[in-house]
Amino acid sequence: MIEFVLLCAGLVAVFTTAAITVILVYESLGFFEFVSLWDFLTGTVWTPLFANPSYGILPLISGTLTVTFIALLVAVPMGTIIAIYLSEFAGHRVREAVKPALEMIAAVPTIVFGYFALLFVTPLLQDTILPNLPGFNMLAPGLVVGVATIPTIASLAEDAMRAVPMNMREGAYALGSNKMQVALSVVMPAAVSGVVAAYVLAAARAIGETMVVAIAAGQNANFTFNPMEAAATLTAYIAQVSLGDLEHGSVAYRSIFAAGLVLLAMTLVLNVAGHFLRRRYWKAY
Amino acid sequence: MTAVMQPAVERPDVQEMRRLVAAGKRNQLIFAMTGLACTIFAVLVLLAAFLDLLFDGLPRLSWEFMTNFPSRRATEAGILSAWVGSAMVMLVTMLAAVPIGVGAAVYLEEYAKKNWVTDLIEINVTNLAGVPSIVYGLLALGLFVYQFGFGESVLTAGLTLALLILPIVIVSSREALRAVPGHIREAAYAMGATRWQMISDHLLPYSRGGILTGIILGMAEAIGQTAPIITIGALTFIAFLPPAPITGEAPFVNFAWLWSEFTVLPIQMYNWVSRPDKAFQLNAAAAGVILLAMTLVMNGLAIYLRYQVRKKIKW
Repeated sequence: MIEFVLLCAGLVAVFTTAAITVILVYESLGFFEFVSLWDFLTGTVWTPLFANPSYGILPLISGTLTVTFIALLVAVPMGTIIAIYLSEFAGHRVREAVKPALEMIAAVPTIVFGYFALLFVTPLLQDTILPNLPGFNMLAPGLVVGVATIPTIASLAEDAMRAVPMNMREGAYALGSNKMQVALSVVMPAAVSGVVAAYVLAAARAIGETMVVAIAAGQNANFTFNPMEAAATLTAYIAQVSLGDLEHGSVAYRSIFAAGLVLLAMTLVLNVAGHFLRRRYWKAY
Repeated sequence: MTAVMQPAVERPDVQEMRRLVAAGKRNQLIFAMTGLACTIFAVLVLLAAFLDLLFDGLPRLSWEFMTNFPSRRATEAGILSAWVGSAMVMLVTMLAAVPIGVGAAVYLEEYAKKNWVTDLIEINVTNLAGVPSIVYGLLALGLFVYQFGFGESVLTAGLTLALLILPIVIVSSREALRAVPGHIREAAYAMGATRWQMISDHLLPYSRGGILTGIILGMAEAIGQTAPIITIGALTFIAFLPPAPITGEAPFVNFAWLWSEFTVLPIQMYNWVSRPDKAFQLNAAAAGVILLAMTLVMNGLAIYLRYQVRKKIKW
């Protein structure tokens, strides 16, 4: 009896996944009765709320990819270096101080980072190196999402590096390597699948990030890869439409589920790939 | 003998080797410094975000700000409905996520056999942890708001966030349960305890610290969530409070608040930050200070608890 109740608690997770899939697919099917799948996937104009609506998802995808790319440009090198530093160089004390600090970054509500991107980073960029940057742009939120993603990469990549057995390091030391050579030519290659998994999972998080881009990247779908322009992402579009009065069952209502389905597909592919890579390094040692 | 060997071995150039070793040491130092610099940079950005928020928001913080409803005039606006709404939503989230999360963890650690049902649950828990939070909002919009007819209510928001933090609660509870060594279980069984007695009298009390850490981390995650709450259609301008959960007359408990419309702190902040008027943006900063303080206190508590648990337990 108790076992059955507990099993039901466990099955809530299965139910949730199933419900997400069913709801998104069901509402999207309604959407695709109005819009052909081909126009949706290849159209470069996204104006579902206009009197003469157009439903091409590509502008939202270009916005999402641009922000994610900038974020990874920040988070991959910084996260990797921090991971190597924590795993191979830092003493016990430094690690005990830095890891909680990184956890704090990961814990900050993203809306706070949104405020920071719109009212601190964008003005800062405008005052210093990019005087022509518009108030809404993809660069500032991209950079901020990048910083917010550093802890993900740092902690996952560090886990992978620490899983590399000590005797491999000792072998390299015995051959006269110094710490840097051990870190770069022994630990990194040995941990590479785990480190790549960290990048992939971080990319999935950056793609799903909503509030920073909803606040600072602008609200209009814009088919561009130029980070200096304003453009909405998949997530920002969903948030923006949900804020307005949304008639249940209308095409606009269903369009957010279609956008959500695309978003879920993108993150799902990355998450599955990431977990596959992670499992590989757990198996290796 | 040595005279014969000599020509075969090239004489090592001592100077050259010293130079190489010194260069290696220098590179190593530069690398370590880069690592430290990156770490410090990340922390500095975090600090800049905090300070920016504090400088903008602190002057707006006052007793009135906490006890006023939102208003069209920025200087009179407050976050009363927002923080009351947040508290109510958190209550629902906790009541839903804790029993389900801990229950699922106990099942997976203590009851589950190695079969496809167990694999299915485990895969889904891992997968759910990676689903973007806004997708949970879409799930709730389609399922709770329209299919179940819960409407845009406190109940919908609480259940949505409960599903969202379920993976966090399950994973950390499992870790806490796994940390209890097997001989404790065997000792309980040896005294004639049933499996459930062993779990409720021994496992759960001993792993309390770790489970609590996970719950606090989950709640800290939930309280800052904006996107899923926007998606289910929370209103941004609420100038009333949901009915009080506790009343003066019998039966003293009132469940009308579950069905009430509501707003939460991050939504209120989003509403203010997206207005062009600078005065409202300062309000947003002030709301952000409160929100940030709450998440940081909860996270600090969790980190401290985990540290205590790790230090104290010697099996």
